[in-house]
Amino acid sequence: MTQKLVVIGNGMAGARTVEEILARDGDFTVTMFGDEPYGNYNRIMLSNLLAGVETEDGIFLNDLAWYRDNGITLNAGSKIERIDAQARMVYDAEGNGTPYDKLIIATGSYSWTPPIKGIHNPKRGYHQGVFAFRTLDDTRRMITYARRAERAVVIGGGLLGLEAARGLQNHVSHVTLLHAMGHLMNMQLDERAGEMLKASVESKLGIDVIVDAMTTEILGKDRVTGVKLADGTVIDCDVVVVAAGIRPNTEMVASSGLPVERGIVVDDQMRVQGQDDIYAVGECAQHRGDLYGLVAPLWDQAKVLADHITGRNPAAAYEGSKISTKLKVAGIDVASMGLREPESDADEVIVYNEPRKGIYKQLIIRDNVLVGATLVGDNRKAASLIQAFDRGLPLPEERAELIFDIGGVVEESPESMPDDAQVCNCNGVSKGAICGAVRSGCKTVSGVMDATRAGKGCGTCKPLVQRIVEWANGGEAEEDPAASWYVPGVPMPKPELMAAIRRYGLKSVSAVFDKLVPGGAHDAKSKMGLASLLRMMWGADYVDERDARFINDRVHGNIQKDGTFSVVPQMKGGVTTPAQLKRIAEVAEKYQVPMVKLTGGQRIDLLGIPKEKLPAIWADLDMPSGYAYAKSFRTVKTCVGSDFCRFGVGDSTALGIAIEERYQGLEGPGKMKLAVTGCPRNCAEAYVKDLGVVAIDGGKWEIYVGGAAGAHIRKGDLLATVDSAAEVITLTGRFLQYYRENANWLERTYAFVPRIGIDRIRQIVVDDADGIAAALDAAVEEAVQAYQDPWKERAEPATPGQFRTSLPLTVLPQVPVRA
Amino acid sequence: MKTLTPTVLGPITDIPLGEGRTYAVDGEMIAVFRLRDGSLRAVSAVCPHKGGPLADGQIDNRIVVCPLHLYAWDLATGCSQSGQPPISVYPVREDAGRILLGE
Ligand SMILES: Cc1cc2nc3c(=O)[nH]c(=O)nc-3n(C[C@H](O)[C@H](O)[C@H](O)COP(=O)(O)OP(=O)(O)OC[C@H]3O[C@@H](n4cnc5c(N)ncnc54)[C@H](O)[C@@H]3O)c2cc1C
Ligand code: SF4
Ligand code: SF4
Ligand code: FES
Repeated sequence: MTQKLVVIGNGMAGARTVEEILARDGDFTVTMFGDEPYGNYNRIMLSNLLAGVETEDGIFLNDLAWYRDNGITLNAGSKIERIDAQARMVYDAEGNGTPYDKLIIATGSYSWTPPIKGIHNPKRGYHQGVFAFRTLDDTRRMITYARRAERAVVIGGGLLGLEAARGLQNHVSHVTLLHAMGHLMNMQLDERAGEMLKASVESKLGIDVIVDAMTTEILGKDRVTGVKLADGTVIDCDVVVVAAGIRPNTEMVASSGLPVERGIVVDDQMRVQGQDDIYAVGECAQHRGDLYGLVAPLWDQAKVLADHITGRNPAAAYEGSKISTKLKVAGIDVASMGLREPESDADEVIVYNEPRKGIYKQLIIRDNVLVGATLVGDNRKAASLIQAFDRGLPLPEERAELIFDIGGVVEESPESMPDDAQVCNCNGVSKGAICGAVRSGCKTVSGVMDATRAGKGCGTCKPLVQRIVEWANGGEAEEDPAASWYVPGVPMPKPELMAAIRRYGLKSVSAVFDKLVPGGAHDAKSKMGLASLLRMMWGADYVDERDARFINDRVHGNIQKDGTFSVVPQMKGGVTTPAQLKRIAEVAEKYQVPMVKLTGGQRIDLLGIPKEKLPAIWADLDMPSGYAYAKSFRTVKTCVGSDFCRFGVGDSTALGIAIEERYQGLEGPGKMKLAVTGCPRNCAEAYVKDLGVVAIDGGKWEIYVGGAAGAHIRKGDLLATVDSAAEVITLTGRFLQYYRENANWLERTYAFVPRIGIDRIRQIVVDDADGIAAALDAAVEEAVQAYQDPWKERAEPATPGQFRTSLPLTVLPQVPVRA
Repeated sequence: MKTLTPTVLGPITDIPLGEGRTYAVDGEMIAVFRLRDGSLRAVSAVCPHKGGPLADGQIDNRIVVCPLHLYAWDLATGCSQSGQPPISVYPVREDAGRILLGE
């Protein structure tokens, strides 16, 4: 049933929340009230408007047509005076009531004025030459007045004061900035950085800055003539702008009996404390004790609120925002995040200071995690620092890399790249194509990846794609709500998805779509991931819908660029026999296989087999499938080991074969490639495998996990050193099962292991700290028992036309055949 | 939509639910899909990107995803979702348990 949604406040948070709700197809009739007589504009841009670099038209976000087109009733210039939560009504100043089912309060803040003598005119609020800097009307009046003025004083040396001072320079010949604290932007910057900024503002912009300046009086009777400071100093001026801070607009809410402390108290769903149907977002909301005065947190809040209120994800939770700012403050680059100053001796502090150029950089590091950073005068590293700060990424040993681009890997800046520079080397996508996708409306990284296929090959270019999307978006990419989902078409992260699948007993892919997707929409791109998950969860009870499988898994061969398939027989541990070789050779000859090739995984690949010939080839080979196609356990590479090698200290070949025999065909969220090597010389490259085993002297084996040597290169982390092959086999199964149950779809171990942390994995898999080891062992044992060689499925096709060619009879791009 | 002489391609059970099969009709190669909602769609069999066999792709009730590079096309309109050329769509329906291609 369509519900009545009322929104009080038509500012940045209110309108954004409504946009998010519309984007989720929320079933509401929406009525909005805004105190200001306009549609919705970008308040941030008022600084630019004042500075004359933006026109009024340019700052509107949603004009009146947007409200009309979306069926939103906008009451602009209408102030709400009272909320009656009992009766579910809001009342405007004239006493007109509007009923609601759901109410969102987004009343923002007002500009706070310190108690200064003469600042208010008893008759007309502010003294006529005194202005606040908050609304479009404020800015318009300021500009009109300043045209006739000569000298301006700005009270407040925070971000807003600096912007006001800079903007006023456009209208008057002299500006003085007064700040009551010891240094500029004292909320964000430490003393050194604040002083550096002051020096830059004075020398580069020509604005006078006075710190420790307590303004006590505005002078002048009919018009402003100056301001007086506590120490008696008088500064002549004819216009004053107050930017001394903001306070949330909560009076009306508090007097309506709703809980207000510093702001309106909300829970993690942005619901007003103790209320079921009233929410608050934006600067007026107090969440976990914090108020936010920047827009980035509002965006996060708006999404959670929209997810929750539309039922798209009722459990969505806002957990607070890590505040970082990257701005040009009055034309000077400033970035700050986290701590301003170290808090204990254990905090590592790195400072770089170049006063002549006005450059200052300070980092605060705790336990190898960035907990604070301040940059003035050079923001080039800001983006990567913000990332490290937000995500708690591990930091490079060479700390200087954090502050400077030193040799080696210079982060390519999107700005400096030519339009035709190829970004994704797998899919041939240029920077221009990515920017084009952004211009035509894709605002999220994953949206752009979908539209262009950039980053969808080996994935190494993803960080660069992200930077370009952010740059093309003017600084930040919108966060993609789907980023945490297990598959794109079902709005749930993996643990929730698994819980829901269990709760409802969903045993097939289509059952999952029908039950868990709003509207029951099926999604082709999610099928494979769901099939893999369901098979892992239900084993033999899984209802196998063949269309949920990728073609590789439908015909048990790897599709090639010309639509043919490759056939790779099993060759455990890379060991074969003359008889097997002979058989493979005969089959290859009989079917005129265009190419016979050794794979990187120590097997023989027969390439270029038409689909309809697959069953016959399998029958003639009569060998088990080598699983060269599925997201599953692939191979165990081995070295010669103790059998023949002069150096071998462990029988790597035998152990590799034993592991492959046991875990063959095991499905997972990604491929699993393993290796066993007979000594640390590592001829089988075990250090760079999903799981690699290394024999070391004394009859012991080291187990490494999370290695990779593909598009990503990573040395695995040492999981354990054990005394016997049997222990290797047990821990291998336990680790693989833990990975199967907890990794995201297509998340290889090189991403999974660092995400969970090797110490944590060791606790679970080796030390059994969570008490789940037995369950993991049992689960993997069940999967092992369920193994069936898919190549046996040849006499009787599983579906009609399973092996019928899908290739047209026209000529396709030919794969070159090498002699 | 392209016009074709009405042709019976065979029993609908030739195509498993949610999958596609290729047919040669009037010298054209056509991929016919049987959606999970029971309806049929017919599009050109060859991916315009690099010749992928579209009948081997995965579908839902809206799109087909080519198995080679995973570009997607709308099954009803033939429009690409990823800036590729469109594919042709053909009228197709079930007629007494048989697949009937053409008007
Ligand atoms: C000049 C300036 C520059 C800024 N620059 C930046 C920046 O660079 N980066 C950044 O992140 N942030 C910046 N900010 C802060 C940012 O604009 C705010 O964080 C953001 O606008 C807050 O959004 P909001 O919706 O909570 O409040 P607002 O945008 O203030 O919206 C609240 C709306 O509610 C209306 N309202 C209030 N009470 C009632 C009522 N009872 N009935 C009806 N309507 C009511 C108000 O009239 C107002 O329109 C800047 C702010 C200003 C003023
Ligand atoms: S790594 Fe191999 S499979 Fe991947 S794009 Fe390169 S050649 Fe192709
Ligand atoms: S890893 Fe050691 S045991 Fe294995 S082949 Fe190389 S040198 Fe020999
Ligand atoms: S051939 Fe179909 S997507 Fe490339």
